[in-house]
Amino acid sequence: MSAEAAPKAEAPAGLAPSRTAIDDQLRAILCDVLGLDRERVEDFDNDTGLFGHLPELDSMAVAGLLTEMEDRLDIIIEDDDVDGEMLETYGGLLAFAEAKVVES
Amino acid sequence: MVDECALTFETGRDKRLLVLPAWFDEANKLRRTTVEVMHRLDLSGIDSFLPDLPGCNESLQPLETQTLASWRTAAKVAADHFQATHILAVRAGALLDPGTLPGWRYAPSGGRQVLRAMIRARTIAAKEAGREETTASLQERGRAEGIELAGWNLGSALFADIEQAAPPNDTPLADITQADIGGGALWLRAEPDEDPEQADALAAIVAIGMNAQ
Repeated sequence: MSAEAAPKAEAPAGLAPSRTAIDDQLRAILCDVLGLDRERVEDFDNDTGLFGHLPELDSMAVAGLLTEMEDRLDIIIEDDDVDGEMLETYGGLLAFAEAKVVES
Repeated sequence: MVDECALTFETGRDKRLLVLPAWFDEANKLRRTTVEVMHRLDLSGIDSFLPDLPGCNESLQPLETQTLASWRTAAKVAADHFQATHILAVRAGALLDPGTLPGWRYAPSGGRQVLRAMIRARTIAAKEAGREETTASLQERGRAEGIELAGWNLGSALFADIEQAAPPNDTPLADITQADIGGGALWLRAEPDEDPEQADALAAIVAIGMNAQ
């Protein structure tokens, strides 16, 4: 059910998915949620603002984003994980996703 | 049984498709694409029918009193009423599959996934407003007394039913994945959007399948 050509965050057995794979997955999900071209999302850097900066990213959209991250990255996101810092910038969200993937 | 409204492309043709729509927020985001698919099927010689679920859209019934069983009954009644020959179930619409007609389910989803996103939207909104609501407490309340999620008043029976519901493994419906359709999943879109190419792809799969029979 993932988007076309979305690379899977999978790595050879025994190895954690690479940071690049997680980064690719996260950008693919943001493409779907924000309805942006891949090129636009490729330009996101660590400081690109998300929640609170993009008006279309309301609580329902963020909920969809986190739920899709759970499914595609095979992680579980708890209530306490969700805070302003992790949602504020692309870098914050990526760091969160990386930490969760390592943990799972 | 109370009458419900339906959007129909009906000219008495032999090939007749009942569409079981996506639910709640996803229903809004996929409505335009769903109707665009029906329009394309009309041009391919296929009648199609998109009923309102009891308690949703133009329905005069309260949503709070609905159950999964009442929705499944409504789907069966609609299939009989429109003399459907095929079914297209979209997302959680697959949970209402009567199991008696051939057809397709597009990106079927389980009830747990439906509730997960709606509950999370509520906990995030609460946090923003400085209130603390937890997933566990909202689930408990949903089961005990029902709950309002993203503007939908779910009764305790429907909430508990949805939590447990998964699309059937044994079904005459064939799965269509988002990868089959191409492009990004429109139910994830923060703002409702449309994609004519996705509507073309979905309609083509259904039309080729129905016209081959």
